[in-house]
Amino acid sequence: MTARVAVVLFPGTNCERDVVRALRALGGDAEPVWHGDHDVSGAGGVVLPGGFAHGDYLRTGAIARFSPLMAEVERAAADGLPVLGICNGFQVLCEAGLLPGALIANRDLRFICRFVEVEVADNATILTSGFQMGDRLRIPLNSYEGAWVDPEGSGRVVIRYTDDPNGSHRAAAAVANGPGNVVGVMPHPERAVLDRYETGGKGLLEGFLGACESDAMRRAS
Amino acid sequence: MRVRRHAASFVTAGPDTTGPDTAGPDTAGPETEGTPDLGLLGLSVEEMSDISARLGRPPSPAELAMFSVMWSEHCSYKSSRAHLGRLPSTAPWVVVGPGENAGVVDLGDGWLAALRIESHNHPSFVEPHQGAATGVGGILRDVFTMGARPVALWDSIRFGPLDDPLNRYLFGGVVAGIAAYGNAVGVPTVGGELAFEECYSGNPLVNVMCLGVMRKDQLVLGSAGPPGSIAVLLGASTGRDGIGGASVLASAGFDEDSGAKRPSVQVGDPFEEKKLIEACLELYRRGLVVGVQDLGAAGLSCAAAEPAARAGVGLDLDLDLVHVRESEMTAPELLMSESQERMMAFVPPERVPEVLEVASRWEIDASVVGSVRPGGMVRVTHGGEVVAEVPAESLTSGPRYRRPAGEPWWLEDRWSSTYRYLRPPDPAEALLALLDYPALADRSWVFEQYDHLLFLDTVVGPGFGAALLSLGETGKGMAVSVDGNGRLCSLDPRRGAARLVFEAALNVAIVGARPLAVVDNLNFGNPEHSEVMWQFVETIEGIAAACEALGIPVVGGNVSFYNETDGQDIDPTPVIGLLGIAEPLLTSPPRLDQAKEGMELWLLGSLPGRGLAGSCLEKVVFGHVGGRPTAPDPSAGRGAVALARRLADAGFAPVLQDVADGGLAMAAAEICIRSSVGAAIECPDFRQLFSEDPHRFLAATAPGYGDTLAAAAGEMGVPASLVGRFGGDTIAFHLGSAVSSVPLEAATRTWREAIPRRLVG
Repeated sequence: MTARVAVVLFPGTNCERDVVRALRALGGDAEPVWHGDHDVSGAGGVVLPGGFAHGDYLRTGAIARFSPLMAEVERAAADGLPVLGICNGFQVLCEAGLLPGALIANRDLRFICRFVEVEVADNATILTSGFQMGDRLRIPLNSYEGAWVDPEGSGRVVIRYTDDPNGSHRAAAAVANGPGNVVGVMPHPERAVLDRYETGGKGLLEGFLGACESDAMRRAS
Repeated sequence: MRVRRHAASFVTAGPDTTGPDTAGPDTAGPETEGTPDLGLLGLSVEEMSDISARLGRPPSPAELAMFSVMWSEHCSYKSSRAHLGRLPSTAPWVVVGPGENAGVVDLGDGWLAALRIESHNHPSFVEPHQGAATGVGGILRDVFTMGARPVALWDSIRFGPLDDPLNRYLFGGVVAGIAAYGNAVGVPTVGGELAFEECYSGNPLVNVMCLGVMRKDQLVLGSAGPPGSIAVLLGASTGRDGIGGASVLASAGFDEDSGAKRPSVQVGDPFEEKKLIEACLELYRRGLVVGVQDLGAAGLSCAAAEPAARAGVGLDLDLDLVHVRESEMTAPELLMSESQERMMAFVPPERVPEVLEVASRWEIDASVVGSVRPGGMVRVTHGGEVVAEVPAESLTSGPRYRRPAGEPWWLEDRWSSTYRYLRPPDPAEALLALLDYPALADRSWVFEQYDHLLFLDTVVGPGFGAALLSLGETGKGMAVSVDGNGRLCSLDPRRGAARLVFEAALNVAIVGARPLAVVDNLNFGNPEHSEVMWQFVETIEGIAAACEALGIPVVGGNVSFYNETDGQDIDPTPVIGLLGIAEPLLTSPPRLDQAKEGMELWLLGSLPGRGLAGSCLEKVVFGHVGGRPTAPDPSAGRGAVALARRLADAGFAPVLQDVADGGLAMAAAEICIRSSVGAAIECPDFRQLFSEDPHRFLAATAPGYGDTLAAAAGEMGVPASLVGRFGGDTIAFHLGSAVSSVPLEAATRTWREAIPRRLVG
């Protein structure tokens, strides 16, 4: 059985088709879900993809967190469902309080779109279970408000930049909640999955699909 | 400046474009009480008489507003149209040629590509961030108006030298504007070009190209459809921003008062555009529209007149139904506003509820604003009164000028002004100077600010010559190269323009694509200067000849005149966007970062190549621009394209790189830098290292493949010469017994730092 992953689409989201395509290319089952239809019940996992939900107006993720669908995501996350926020999705998860910290403008106040190297700092999450600690990967970053700040120092860093490009605390490129079932990642693993020179994102999304499967089995039993 | 609500307060007639400035209110048609003084809005006295003659009466203020924008140079192509017909525009694969919102070509298997290029030069000078941003928004609408999903953008941008703080501000603002809009709207910017020349100091060039794809049955034209169709205005509300942008900004030159034109610049909202794209694509998918027209230059005037004229029908337009963002807008303001992110859909009456439902689902506003009727009249009402009643066709068939064209008096002098030197320059020093020249340097400071990876189809992205995109999972690919060279064209516009077409064709061939179609953006000075008109006509001849030689059509383009500041015209700057199709798509095509220690470096194309006229070497090292550039050779051009495609397909040359700006030395150095490997290059004469003569490219191959490569070249009639070998940690030039070399590390640092170091402080 394959768990169906709901890929949430807010107005202004633009990476939903890429995420669906990448997950399907890895053998997963994924569907875009319009935020207004707020239905993630029955999904085996949720992805909040990248883009500019609601134009990033007010503040990134600040409007999207009030979408009725986010209340459902919150409940599901509390129940252990794998929830992955990529880029703008990471920002929404922080705004919604599902992840600690906040994302602010890059150190150099410029948008950054390029491949970066990251290393696994915690392999007990839905994204990194297939890796050894310290494993290194190349995946592309694509953000302006990409610097994660965590003044209280309580966040759980999942992967970190080997050469911090944007001024993130503890060089964090991905962060998890306490149980490790909610992860926000700033670079885009889905952009390095198809066979085009770089495939560093494969292992991460395979890990996520695997976590969705296990969670579905846990629920079924 | 007078009070803001008077449209006329935004209007200053361009320098000597309109005859005496005093010809104003008394020739401007009947004045009703309380109507603001509209002046001539950029129209000439002769054009005013023409309008009155066509109408049989003086135009009303609303009619005058419509004519002024529709007959502006920007919208009517009045100075260029007489010459544009010279460009070849037909081929069996052309589905829609010039004249629609975008050109459309057949990619086979039921797929179509829509492409268009457009300038936003003038707005970008007045307000770089918004000017460039709305240029992106406008070109996207041109493409999705045709039914296509925009899949990629290219930016061709030119500025004055970076040692001037104004140029740094414009450069930074334009790049940030493109990034802010393109990234947020969700269309990747996968390539483009960047140049710096003194002549763009007062007049930067911002050209944006967009490519879209669609299934064959989704093609939509800009037609109003049959009588009875309903006009639905979709997207952003209409405000006073951008009033008269086409006439006031884009169709006049600049002087010291240009800052006062800032209210004529539009303001963009990429979020609104993103929703509009998705809503429109859903309308097309569900077959709910008979035609669509975007609102760009000339706003509602254009969206009413052009679709009606194309369909041979009339239109009733009620301005009271337009959703607005400001109260008490006058009819002329509503008709001239260039508020962004708006589309006009023409809908069969019974489908209107579904169209409104789609709009509401995507959270965009929609208003039923008019209906199509028989006859050819566009009738506009406002406040219950008819404010304009004009034949649609009169708005779209503006005047055509055959302006006087004459060879510039200085041209012969410049041709005979060849540079003489006592001693040839040291090649290594010359190379370092070129690597430090911002127009040749690493552009990652620019393109790393653009999302160039969205949609997962970017196989070869920015920084590599032509971009190569996968067409989804079809196994086909699309390659695009965007090329311009104002310096070369200033010395010989015909030769220069033709060489650009050949260069772009060679670039797409290098990633394995067959050239398919061209769009051109023609950036020129004031067409009322006879030498500018001559440059324009020569450029058209050059593009036409090269396209004919390659068997490819020009499917669309844009003309930008009045690129002058204080009477000084820019260099003639045609920009060529060339689309090629790759069948099959190579999953790992040649790329210049794949050279390895021990590989051989081959030059394909004629070796003599000693012409330095217009070259970067002369400009950067000698500070000289003169002589007559080498003429292109159609048969050598075709041969190079055919050979490059064959080598790309064959796969034994992991690097192919065209020889263009900076010549062989620069092309080889770029391969070395990107591949992190040195090279030893042999050349009998320094001129051959730096000549930019056309139809030549480099290949890197593993040693055993030299004979195969030479044989392939021989079959195509292309000379092949072994010119060097990769290895070591220097870039070394061997001229006879003399050796001159640069450490690879120093070359790399110079190239990477050339742009960033100039932006500090």
